[in-house]
Amino acid sequence: MIAMKTLYLIVPLAPLAGAIVAGLFGRAIGRAGAHWVTILSVAISFAASCAIFADVSAGHGFNGTVYTWLASGGTRFEIGFLIDRLTVLMMVVVTFVSLMVHIYTVGYMADDPGYQRFFSYISLFTFSMLMLVMSNNFLQLFFGWEAVGLVSYLLIGFWYTRPSAIYASLKAFLVNRVGDFGFLLGIALILSQFGSLDYASVFSQAPGAASGMTLICLLLFVGAMGKSAQFPLHVWLPDSMEGPTPISALIHAATMVTAGIFMVARMSPLFELSQTARSVVMVIGAITALFMALVAVTQYDIKRVIAYSTLSQLGYMTVALGASAYSVGIFHLMTHAFFKAVLFLGAGSVIIALHHEQDMRRMGGLRKYMPITYLTMLIGALANAGLPPFAGFFSKDAILEAVQASHASGAGFAYAALLLGVFFGGLYSFRLVFYAFHGEPRMDAHTRAHLKESPWVVTLPLVLLAIPSVAAGWWIGPIVFGDYFGSSIVQRFHEEYHGVWSFMLQGIAAAPFWFGLAGAGLAGYLYLYRTDLPKKIALALGPIYALVNQKYGVDELNEWLFARGARLLGTGLWKGGDEAVIDGVLVNGSARVVGWVASVVRLFQSGLVYQYAFTMLIGVVLLTYFFLRT
Amino acid sequence: MSAPATLTDFLLAAPELVLLTGACALMIADLYVKDPQREASFIIAMLVLLGCAAATVFVMWGTGGHVAYAFNKLYVADLMAHLLKLCAYLAVAAALVYSRQYLHERGLLKGEFLTLLLFALLGMMVMMSANSFLTLYLGLELLSLCLYAMVALNRDSALSTEAAMKYFVLGALASGLLLYGMSMIYGATGTLTITEVAKQVAALSGKTAERHLLVFGLVFVVSGIAFKLGVVPFHMWIPDVYEGAPTAVTLVIGTAPKLAAFAMAMRLLVNGLLDLAHDWQQMLVVLALLSMALGNITAIAQTNLKRMLAYSTIAHMGFMLLGLLSGVVGGNTYSAGEAYAASMFYTIVYVLMSLGAFGMLLYLSRAGFECETLEDMKGLNRRSPWFAFIMLVLMFSLAGIPPTAGFYAKLAVLSAAVNAGQVWLAAVAVMLSLVGAFYYLRVVKLMYFDEPGDTAPVEGPREMRALLSLNGLAVLGLGILPGSLMSLCYIAIRSL
Repeated sequence: MIAMKTLYLIVPLAPLAGAIVAGLFGRAIGRAGAHWVTILSVAISFAASCAIFADVSAGHGFNGTVYTWLASGGTRFEIGFLIDRLTVLMMVVVTFVSLMVHIYTVGYMADDPGYQRFFSYISLFTFSMLMLVMSNNFLQLFFGWEAVGLVSYLLIGFWYTRPSAIYASLKAFLVNRVGDFGFLLGIALILSQFGSLDYASVFSQAPGAASGMTLICLLLFVGAMGKSAQFPLHVWLPDSMEGPTPISALIHAATMVTAGIFMVARMSPLFELSQTARSVVMVIGAITALFMALVAVTQYDIKRVIAYSTLSQLGYMTVALGASAYSVGIFHLMTHAFFKAVLFLGAGSVIIALHHEQDMRRMGGLRKYMPITYLTMLIGALANAGLPPFAGFFSKDAILEAVQASHASGAGFAYAALLLGVFFGGLYSFRLVFYAFHGEPRMDAHTRAHLKESPWVVTLPLVLLAIPSVAAGWWIGPIVFGDYFGSSIVQRFHEEYHGVWSFMLQGIAAAPFWFGLAGAGLAGYLYLYRTDLPKKIALALGPIYALVNQKYGVDELNEWLFARGARLLGTGLWKGGDEAVIDGVLVNGSARVVGWVASVVRLFQSGLVYQYAFTMLIGVVLLTYFFLRT
Repeated sequence: MSAPATLTDFLLAAPELVLLTGACALMIADLYVKDPQREASFIIAMLVLLGCAAATVFVMWGTGGHVAYAFNKLYVADLMAHLLKLCAYLAVAAALVYSRQYLHERGLLKGEFLTLLLFALLGMMVMMSANSFLTLYLGLELLSLCLYAMVALNRDSALSTEAAMKYFVLGALASGLLLYGMSMIYGATGTLTITEVAKQVAALSGKTAERHLLVFGLVFVVSGIAFKLGVVPFHMWIPDVYEGAPTAVTLVIGTAPKLAAFAMAMRLLVNGLLDLAHDWQQMLVVLALLSMALGNITAIAQTNLKRMLAYSTIAHMGFMLLGLLSGVVGGNTYSAGEAYAASMFYTIVYVLMSLGAFGMLLYLSRAGFECETLEDMKGLNRRSPWFAFIMLVLMFSLAGIPPTAGFYAKLAVLSAAVNAGQVWLAAVAVMLSLVGAFYYLRVVKLMYFDEPGDTAPVEGPREMRALLSLNGLAVLGLGILPGSLMSLCYIAIRSL
């Protein structure tokens, strides 16, 4: 037991140590030192996670306090770990993807002056994310939540000399603030209702307080909407592509953005108590899944296409949660982590080969020059489009089955939206592949002359991540239909299941597969054979195309209503409230009074010893009088 | 009635005996030291402190943490005394390291300083372990006489000698008040032993005449304690002495003796007169309020850093009293342990912060230049970013900004006060510490946002740099992980 506890501590602390060494002593240990120390620390963390995975699979677990930070008014604020099947799955996924991204970064950031800083940040991120998933109480969850948000902010603005990066990082931070505000309110409500922040004690008391549950769940979900970029708080994620590409893979696809999904799954005993909250979750997820897939079809920036695809996939996971199919949501989270990381890292590989060119209109024909990148990207796209036998097929199909089986209000809408979403998913996935890798090369001659496959540090993680992108779906038996999760999350979703092959056969016979295939086929037709058609379609659809291309104007609305409103309000409060009342009366006024009092009291300190003695005696006399006057 | 002293008695007093022997040995050995840096004397002094620490740990181990009395109950060895003594050794050792360079550059590094410092420490230890009015008074006088002499160490400075004179006169007056109060209590109870006093006071609870006599004596005792702590209106000596004394001596006065003063308050008020808690708590409310108000407000008007820190001491000691006055609620001592532990934590943390702040002044001073005005802090960040950061931590901690130890200490005493139902007092305390934040943050502003007026490089001996860094980091570390020290304080208080 002691040995296991040490392992639990090693998992988050090793990346933290790596981050500290690379961050504070980066100049001393040099570039190679920085990447060795962080890669090793994350590798240790990954190995420890695997060991814990084996231990937990053998039926062990842990829920306890590691350190009591402080106790206040009967509430204890603690650092504790809850190690169960859900946690350990997340730990393995996070450390694995993080390790791959660390290795990839060695190639991607090779010429960047902020090399050590970057490694320090991503290790710090790994630590924060692990603290988030391993937590056994809401306070630590919130700490991890804010910490990953902070690192995300730092990394989006990593190239801090670019105004667009600064704008994007600020936007991500502010939008997340909206979500975190709801999240914090939810946690506060839990604390006031149950008097505890410990998961186990909250879950055991929750059924008795079902009336307030809807509000609590909705507030918690607002937090998840911010972090997992659900409509209408999704606006920060596409802009976050200003950060270096490894970050897009690690934080904005595989791990951090899934924190909201993880949190809702973790809180499944609470969400099970509120049908209303689950319907809201489902509808929000469905809106995100469909409409973001539509936007992805209109984008030309390769990273933005993948970013909108991520939004859409997060929508799928959210819908699964709303349909009470928590295990399916987590399963899709896992498969998505792998294939989306492949897509992002592959895009990064293309971007470096083309000297930081991200516009797909200036790519084309890359498959001849970059075969490994092409193949892995193709696997990623197949998985993303949900075609068998790739990982995405299993998880996506299970989600659609779960929604079909759900009787919650909004389930019909969600099913229709997801089905359409699958079609557009096929379309944008293969649009990307065909645009970038097929057809005539459209880059300038100079770039084309220097085109070559990326170094092994880049391609190795791609290959290693492509393997689970193919194979991870085959675990659907134990994870979704078996009782892998045991009691760690609530399981309501049960379907007949007779093995991988029959599941695949059933899937091929069902509508979603044909929708996905149709999307992919259409992409082939439009972008390989009739390359003139897309423009005509766009023209024909005119205003609709413009609406989608402008991302439904959500940014403009935010800018106009919230940003301008906040600025107006701020200016008003600044001029009226701050300068006049607070500065004028309260601050300067009280400062003047205090200053005046100070200058008067100062006179008492005359330096004359008999006056001092007299003061003391007066003190004694007054005290005596006061206490003996009766 | 009085039994002759046995070997056990001497064993329990081993730390004091080690220090006494060591100090005498140092006094003689120093006569033969020719080296102006006094390397040998310093090493001897450090070894003596180490020996004291070993002896204290030995006594702790020997008594198993239980309370043990020696010399006919004149002397007590309990966990509170041990913990405070260990803190005092650390404070004195730090004072030695910080002040060495400063004193050397001013020709004040003589054997007298070391010997007086060690004898002052002996006085503090006797106070911490006193279980009789007489022992306590003996320790107090030993400490005070050493401090008077140390303030006047720089004989040629008119400012120093004037400060020493004032300190001496006012100290004598305060001692007189304390003795007078003790004699009243003796008159009412017929004993000088503190544990016996407690029993007698409990027995007298019904008798009005004796009660009056006790409360009359109590006023004077509280006055004596208040003088030692430096709370209003017994604070007048503090600004003048802090400013007048050489900074190295100010460092000594402002740190370890606070621990002794806290011990004195605990011995007299809690060990001896807990049954009168209702009365002395009210007195402490008045003193605490006046101190926090006057200390924080007057500090704003100061331009001299030493004076500013003097007023800051007054305010902090007022804050510390918040814990002491929250122990007994309606005759119930249920939460007394936590309240007194909060005060003890506050005192220890204050000593740590104060060591750092004065240590920084010593570090920034050099031959022919005294760092003591606000101007001297300007642009420190340009000259030495690391020590500007350490100073920032110290100032944040003094102001009570998380995540520093000062914040947690304030939180602990405030929550003690709130638990005792003193909500309005806690609210006023928070308001006043807000006022106080101004002058600490002004130092930070000067360090980071103003141009340096002085471009001389910032340098000092290596051990001083290391210790000063450690000191600042300890303040930060105790703020993040306060649990262990807090529980130590709690255990120490519970053992009373």
